[in-house]
Amino acid sequence: MTGVTRTPTHLTQGGTADAGIGASTLRPDGTLKVTGEFAYSSDLWHEDMLWGFTLRSTVAHAEIVSIDTSEALAQPGVYAVLTYDDLPTDVKNYGLEIQDTPVLAHGKVRHHGEPVALVAADHPETARRAAAKISIEYRELPLVTDEESATREGAPLVHENRTDHHAGHVPHPNIVHRQPIVRGDAEAAARRADVIVTGEYVFGMQDQAFLGPESGLAVPGEDGGVDLYVATQWLHSDLRQIAPVLGLPEEKVRMTLSGVGGAFGGREDLSMQIHACLLALRTGKPVKIVYNRFESFFGHVHRHPAKLWYEHGATKDGKLTHLKCRIVLDGGAYASASPAVVGNASSLSVGPYVVEDVDIEAIALYSNNPPCGAMRGFGAVQACFAYEAQMDKLAKKLGMDPVEFRQLNAMEQGTRLPTGQEVDSPAPVAELLRRVKAMPLPPENQWVTTEGADVRALPGGLSNTTHGEDVVRGVGYAVGIKNVGFSEGFDDYSTARVRMEVVGGEPVATVHTAMAEVGQGGVTVHAQIARTELGVEQVTIHPADTQVGSAGSTSASRQTYVTGGAVKNTCEHVREKVLELGRRKFGTHHPAWATAELVLEGGKVVTDGGEVLADLVDVLEGEAVDLELEWRHRPTEAFDLRTGQGNGHVQYSFAAHRAVVEVDTGLGLVKVIELACAQDVGKALNPLSVVGQIQGGTTQGLGVAVMEEIIVDPKTAKVRNPSFTDYLIPTILDTPTIPVDVLELADEHAPYGLRGIGEAPTLSSTPAVLAAIRNATGLELNRTPVRPEHLTGT
Amino acid sequence: MRVKFTVNGREQQADDVWEGESLLYVLRERMGLPGSKNACEQGECGSCTVRLDGVPVCSCLVAAGQAEGREVVTVEGLADFAEQRARRGGCATGACGTAAGTAAGTASSGTASGTSLDAARRRQAKPAGADGRTGEQAGLAPIQQAFIDAGAVQCGFCTPGLLVAADELLERNAQPSDADIREALSGNLCRCTGYEKILDAVRLAAARGDARTTGTGA
Repeated sequence: MTGVTRTPTHLTQGGTADAGIGASTLRPDGTLKVTGEFAYSSDLWHEDMLWGFTLRSTVAHAEIVSIDTSEALAQPGVYAVLTYDDLPTDVKNYGLEIQDTPVLAHGKVRHHGEPVALVAADHPETARRAAAKISIEYRELPLVTDEESATREGAPLVHENRTDHHAGHVPHPNIVHRQPIVRGDAEAAARRADVIVTGEYVFGMQDQAFLGPESGLAVPGEDGGVDLYVATQWLHSDLRQIAPVLGLPEEKVRMTLSGVGGAFGGREDLSMQIHACLLALRTGKPVKIVYNRFESFFGHVHRHPAKLWYEHGATKDGKLTHLKCRIVLDGGAYASASPAVVGNASSLSVGPYVVEDVDIEAIALYSNNPPCGAMRGFGAVQACFAYEAQMDKLAKKLGMDPVEFRQLNAMEQGTRLPTGQEVDSPAPVAELLRRVKAMPLPPENQWVTTEGADVRALPGGLSNTTHGEDVVRGVGYAVGIKNVGFSEGFDDYSTARVRMEVVGGEPVATVHTAMAEVGQGGVTVHAQIARTELGVEQVTIHPADTQVGSAGSTSASRQTYVTGGAVKNTCEHVREKVLELGRRKFGTHHPAWATAELVLEGGKVVTDGGEVLADLVDVLEGEAVDLELEWRHRPTEAFDLRTGQGNGHVQYSFAAHRAVVEVDTGLGLVKVIELACAQDVGKALNPLSVVGQIQGGTTQGLGVAVMEEIIVDPKTAKVRNPSFTDYLIPTILDTPTIPVDVLELADEHAPYGLRGIGEAPTLSSTPAVLAAIRNATGLELNRTPVRPEHLTGT
Repeated sequence: MRVKFTVNGREQQADDVWEGESLLYVLRERMGLPGSKNACEQGECGSCTVRLDGVPVCSCLVAAGQAEGREVVTVEGLADFAEQRARRGGCATGACGTAAGTAAGTASSGTASGTSLDAARRRQAKPAGADGRTGEQAGLAPIQQAFIDAGAVQCGFCTPGLLVAADELLERNAQPSDADIREALSGNLCRCTGYEKILDAVRLAAARGDARTTGTGA
């Protein structure tokens, strides 16, 4: 443990009493991050450390005939070269839900970029060059790349001998999971419809494109264990998958969260964790692995590309009659989170609308494409793209305003999802649409200046492609629903340890959780909660590690709800202990100790009438209160595998967008002028962070609307654009003004009434932009991202 | 090979540098300055932006040998750099808006333009060996404080590069329009914020700079 520099650090922040919940308190890690001192996982350093490198398959589906590592191992500076045969135990696979992912390829590779061998060397370039000398002979196999090739008779099987718990319920071994939802009689309802619209939609493969590359440092321990410093979304989930492969008990794999440079779902699965540990344990030296950007595109799962078939009907007065839909998600070579993505896509496929009669099916495929799993919005994003396009089509066919049509069919509190579950908290869908529509529109022709056109404000921007000829404006709307937290009966708990003591003459609270701070601001909010509940100013956030119980994942918009809830709950119990301590010390001094409701405020014990009974310093002097408790939200249940019925979700999050675009119809270039958002957040614990999350999520949705897509060659299943040169994410020039209107309708079931917020804005921004482009051009546009050729017909 | 250059006002030297090593690698792994970030190492994201003789560059695209004898400012030195500039009346290089551009292609020019050695030595006021934790003590550059105050930092991985680029923009153009800010920062990707709060931060720093200038009658 000695010798590691730049490890994660305790974050201590003072704050006055008004820096509790509801205040826009600043990040406790802000100063470290702006000075370059914050220790991200790729910044870790250890004297005497080696660099690890992963050799990846150059083909998508092949038998491995032979691997020869001798030449690589002979290179000066190389300490170890490992393949599947070097794994220390019989546990050779891992996986989030299904343990189908090999640590290193064995016998065959199933996707382009699959890890095959590992090298440790004294310089990253030495490791890379040695890896290039590993000789692998492949015998290529036929590919599974889409539903047709996956399920036709005699199709090659991606996993020949499936034994997972979904295997018995799927119609074909190349289908990971299938979830039908049937309620009412969609056929009969369709006969009542005055208009019916159908659509076939394609959603491209999106990448999380977090900026901090997959990286970490594994340090072998003297006890035969290993210390792993890593950027991840869920330490304990990693631990559960890592320890068995290493053949170590979990207590000998000590994990500490390093600085995380964004995640967005892409760090839910393991990347370099096991590889670094294997190399460290083999060489007896600390090993650091840092992916470069090229490798990062192979090092994490992507958002499922999808094909969606939708049929909706409506009566002539504008009421939805039914929905029939089928959603095919391409999960790629390994399961990752595909089963849960299927659950979300199906259960949220109607969107935030009242539709009684439904016939829904969602499936995820195994294929030889890159593995897909979690990304912000998780299955709900793809569905939202399709149902919102359908809403516009219906409104157009009925001659109705698209916003009014949505409002007419909007769900509200008490509406039942197609799964039969009642939405039992505020569902202000119509109101969010009203708000976003009511915002003032940006002025027309903003590019016009006294000197002519400011090309920077036009489609094509600095490329100076147009001066305003052929530029038309469009406006589009969309709204979406996202579940918060892990669904379908998952035990979605979190743990918090809170300690209260006097340090330097001041009462101080320390909050210790295993929550992954990935940029979302959880550390800020935890300090705010502790201040509010414990009446202290100084709060220290302990680095996240596995020395405390699991916090669950920083995903599914759940962390403020669940770990925030755990911190609140533990603080409440700590407060009781502190009050007991006070009663013991001072109870005889004042009758209120026994009779009044007491709170901790401004460093004092105060009655509900505002009378001060004692200073916390005096109560705590010489003693510390220290508790670690688990906390759970309401339980959920699995969806029925045939009917899809079940109370599968715990909470919902709603956002609406209005997009204003300008399109150069001659060149097929789009400029998004403005993307206004209205979102219900239940209670904004930190309004500044809430708005930041909404704007960030909105921008990721904008990206997939007009530029972001991992292109997989359908003939070879190889990724064609694994770089920031070719995979484009929005720059500050591509991103418009994003005005945000925050609504706070409390969910009585949630801590402080809060609602998970991170994902909802990613849902509706994509269809809103598409709607605006359709509005500008009159084109149908059924796929995302929209490319110039789709707009110009070339 | 051996490479010597000045980083944040201090002479630094690295031995056994491989010819292909980038300035970014040498800064991060050999000189213990990991503030410049390794997000793409392809010159696409701007996370590794540093100033080389005053000019913002992607340090991943500069071979370490190209920095020989030159002046590098990283995010770790931004506060001192800004303080230096403030003392000189708004220009750390002493040649605002002109000299910065001329140094770009002249690797051999050493310290002929950019920060003078004298100025660099004065920046060495920072206690030696205090690299780890000097941010708060040394104070923050106005742009750093503005990023914190405006909520422009989320995961923070893009932040160092954005700070260096934004600081350079404000040095050239104390009152940039939104279009100017967007143009200047278009080489810096951010995946978390949606850029709105970054715009807010630059506007805030500009406004504060303006207030300070007018307030002191300078």
